[in-house]
Amino acid sequence: MKKLLIWLPLGLFILFLTVFAGGLLRPESKTIPSKLVGKPMPDFALPAAVPGKPGLSSAGLANGQPHLVNVFASWCIPCITEAQQLRQLAEAGAPIYGIAIRDTPEDLTAFLARNGDPYRAIGGDANSSVQIALGSSGVPETFVVDGRGIIRAQHIGEIKPEDVPGMMTALAAAQ
Amino acid sequence: MRGFNVAEAFTHLVLILRHPSESWGLVRLSARSYSPEIPAFAGMTVRNRSGFLRRYANRLVPFRGGLGVALALFAASPVLADSLMPAAKYANEQLPDRAQEAKAKALMETIRCLVCQGQSIADSDAELAGDMRSMIRTRIEAGEKPEAIRRWLIERYGDWVSYKPPLDALTWPLYALPVAFLAFGLWIVSGRLKRRRKS
Repeated sequence: MKKLLIWLPLGLFILFLTVFAGGLLRPESKTIPSKLVGKPMPDFALPAAVPGKPGLSSAGLANGQPHLVNVFASWCIPCITEAQQLRQLAEAGAPIYGIAIRDTPEDLTAFLARNGDPYRAIGGDANSSVQIALGSSGVPETFVVDGRGIIRAQHIGEIKPEDVPGMMTALAAAQ
Repeated sequence: MRGFNVAEAFTHLVLILRHPSESWGLVRLSARSYSPEIPAFAGMTVRNRSGFLRRYANRLVPFRGGLGVALALFAASPVLADSLMPAAKYANEQLPDRAQEAKAKALMETIRCLVCQGQSIADSDAELAGDMRSMIRTRIEAGEKPEAIRRWLIERYGDWVSYKPPLDALTWPLYALPVAFLAFGLWIVSGRLKRRRKS
């Protein structure tokens, strides 16, 4: 018994080393998914981000129809590549609402003129408060929200062409 | 062909230089998603995978004095694209009440930045961190308890966002093991002392 016990510290040390090395070697995950998936949209009311287009509020979104809420910005480079896919989704009938992070009406107008405007309404989130309330950590991100205002899915990063069918399916599933 | 826009190129350069740790990913991403059909890329003459990079590198040559410098600038430095809006009110400004500021500071030092991961929001220069600092100071000024704000953030980002590990089914060994090791050490020492007294 005593002979065996003498190996215990070494055994513990090797165990510790294994756990430690395992943690170091595991590829790090940089995307932090929102914990609000499956929960209701937080309450918010954002003013219109561009003239001539309504702003966005959580009350206005719970209208019985599933929709996409796209968190974006005119200064965000991947948002430019995403615009094409958003247009496709809008053409296929997906209601898309925008939350523009830290943006000015002038920059946003120019962005929409250049890359297309798939949005039914855009709320201006000047200090990222709604972005933080949504558990979103960057731009672009897209939330699939059902008609009762429950967040059903979150897409982190830009929507690529191959993601479009998946987004339509998620939207249909949120019916 | 789209004409060269000095103001736009300058903006991109500033964005890239301001956040050296993140831009590499974005530049690579943009190069990958380059496609002549995308309106934003219209006018690009280089149609290979590094089209994005080449476009700016070529255009910058007259300004930087050499392709090497331009390429090094773009390859080595990170662009986290940032907005051009000023920082939120309390992002870099302390609360007038010193007790409240101390509470806010203590909380900010234990909230993890979503952008510059591994830094606290008190240390990070990312805009989102600035907005979170401003939000925390505003809410503490309004009388909210720091732990309530931490809970609110954890509800949204998970335990990941907090540097203060909670005590739960997964983390209890963190708290129990030091006590167990200390007890084990004391037990060994007391055994030796007893033996020494006997001899």
